[in-house]
Amino acid sequence: MAKESTFGNMVLSLTVICLVCSALLGVVYSVTKAPIEAAQVAKVNDAIAAVVPQFDNVPSEEMSVVDDCEVYPAKMGGEIVGYAIKVKSSGFGGALQMMVGFTNDGTIYNTSVISHSETPGLGAKITDENIQPRAQVKGKDIASTNFTVSKDGGDIDAITASTITSRAFLKGVSAACEIYKKVAQPVVEEVAVEEETINTEEDEQ
Amino acid sequence: MSSNSKLKLILDGIIKNNPTFVLVLGMCPTLGTTTSAINGMGMGLATMCVLILSNITISAIARFIPDKVRIPCYIVVIAAFVTIVQFLLQAYVPSLYATLGLFIPLIVVNCIVLGRAEAFANKNSVGDSALDGLGIGLGFTIALTCIGLVREILGSGAAFGFKLFEGDGMLAFVLAPGGFIVLAYLMVLFRKLTSKKA
Repeated sequence: MAKESTFGNMVLSLTVICLVCSALLGVVYSVTKAPIEAAQVAKVNDAIAAVVPQFDNVPSEEMSVVDDCEVYPAKMGGEIVGYAIKVKSSGFGGALQMMVGFTNDGTIYNTSVISHSETPGLGAKITDENIQPRAQVKGKDIASTNFTVSKDGGDIDAITASTITSRAFLKGVSAACEIYKKVAQPVVEEVAVEEETINTEEDEQ
Repeated sequence: MSSNSKLKLILDGIIKNNPTFVLVLGMCPTLGTTTSAINGMGMGLATMCVLILSNITISAIARFIPDKVRIPCYIVVIAAFVTIVQFLLQAYVPSLYATLGLFIPLIVVNCIVLGRAEAFANKNSVGDSALDGLGIGLGFTIALTCIGLVREILGSGAAFGFKLFEGDGMLAFVLAPGGFIVLAYLMVLFRKLTSKKA
C-alpha cells in the first residue's frame, strides 16, 4: 500500500494536504464566525438581563469602559434604572468572569457568572444562583456591607469547601462596587452632602 | 463483507478493542473530562466525530501518501477536523464548548485517533474504516459516560445534572484521585464481564 518515498512526492503530498486542509478551515471559519460572535454577544446580553431591573434600551450599545471594565447602563423610558458591570476576578482554577448589577439606590440587584474554570462539584457551584454568597449579596447596600467572607471578618458566607472561589467572587463584587461608585455615585454623594447641611442647619436652629 | 462481520467491526471497537478499558489509550481526556456524565459523553461524541472523519479520509488517501511522511500527513488531517469540530461546537453548542473548551484541541494528540489511523485506517477500505471509527468512538463514549456517571453520583449526588440525593457527596470523586479510582474499578469490572463471555 505504501508508496516509495522520494523527495518530490513527499513535498508534493504534504503541500497538497496542507493546502486542502487550510482551504477547508478557512471555509468553516468564515461560516461559523457570525454564529460564534452572536453566541458570545447573547451570553453577555443574557447576563445583563439577569442582573438589572427591567429595561427597554439595548445596554450593549451604550457600553462604556471604566477602569478596563465594561459598564452597561440599563434604562427604562430614557431613565437609568441600573448598571450592569462586567468584572474579572481570579478564582481557584483560573479567571472568573462575572456580571454584577446595581440599582439606582446603591444596592446590588443580582449577580451572574459568565465564565469560570472552577472545580466541578466544588467551586463550580458559584454558577448556582441560590448558593450562599450569591443569594446573600442580593439586595445588599454597597455602602454598609463588607463584601468579604465571614472567615475574613466579612458579612457573606463562603461556599462550603470553596473559600477561594467565594473570595474571588466577592473580590469581583467589591471591584464592581468601586466602579459603580465612580459611575453613579457622584450624584448620590452630592445629595447626601446637601441633606447633611440641611440637618446641621436644623440642629443649629 | 457480510453484514455480520460489519457488525462485528463495530462491536470490536466497543468490547474487544475498547479504547479506554482494553487499549488504555487517551487517558488524559478520559480523566480530565469525566467529572460529570454529560461532560464525558460530550467529549466522547466529539472524539467520535473526529475519529470517523479522520478514519474515512486517511483510508481514502493512504495509498497516495509516501511512507516516510505519513505521520505528519495524518496529524494535519486530524488537526483540521478537530479545529472544524471546535468551530462548530463554539458556534452552535456554546454551553458544551464552555465545559470542554480546553480538551477539544487535545483530541489532536489523543493517541486513539492517530492509533486507529496507523493500525486500521491505512490498511482497510473506506467503509470498514468508517465503521471502525464508529465502533471505537462508541466504545470511548460509553466508557467516558460510565466513568463520568459514577464520579458524578458519588461526588456530587447527581446523575446527568439531576439531583439524586441531598448533600454534597464525596468530593474526592470529583477531583483527580477519584478519577483514577473509578477508572481502575470500572476497568476491573469490564475485564471480568468480557472475559466470561470469551
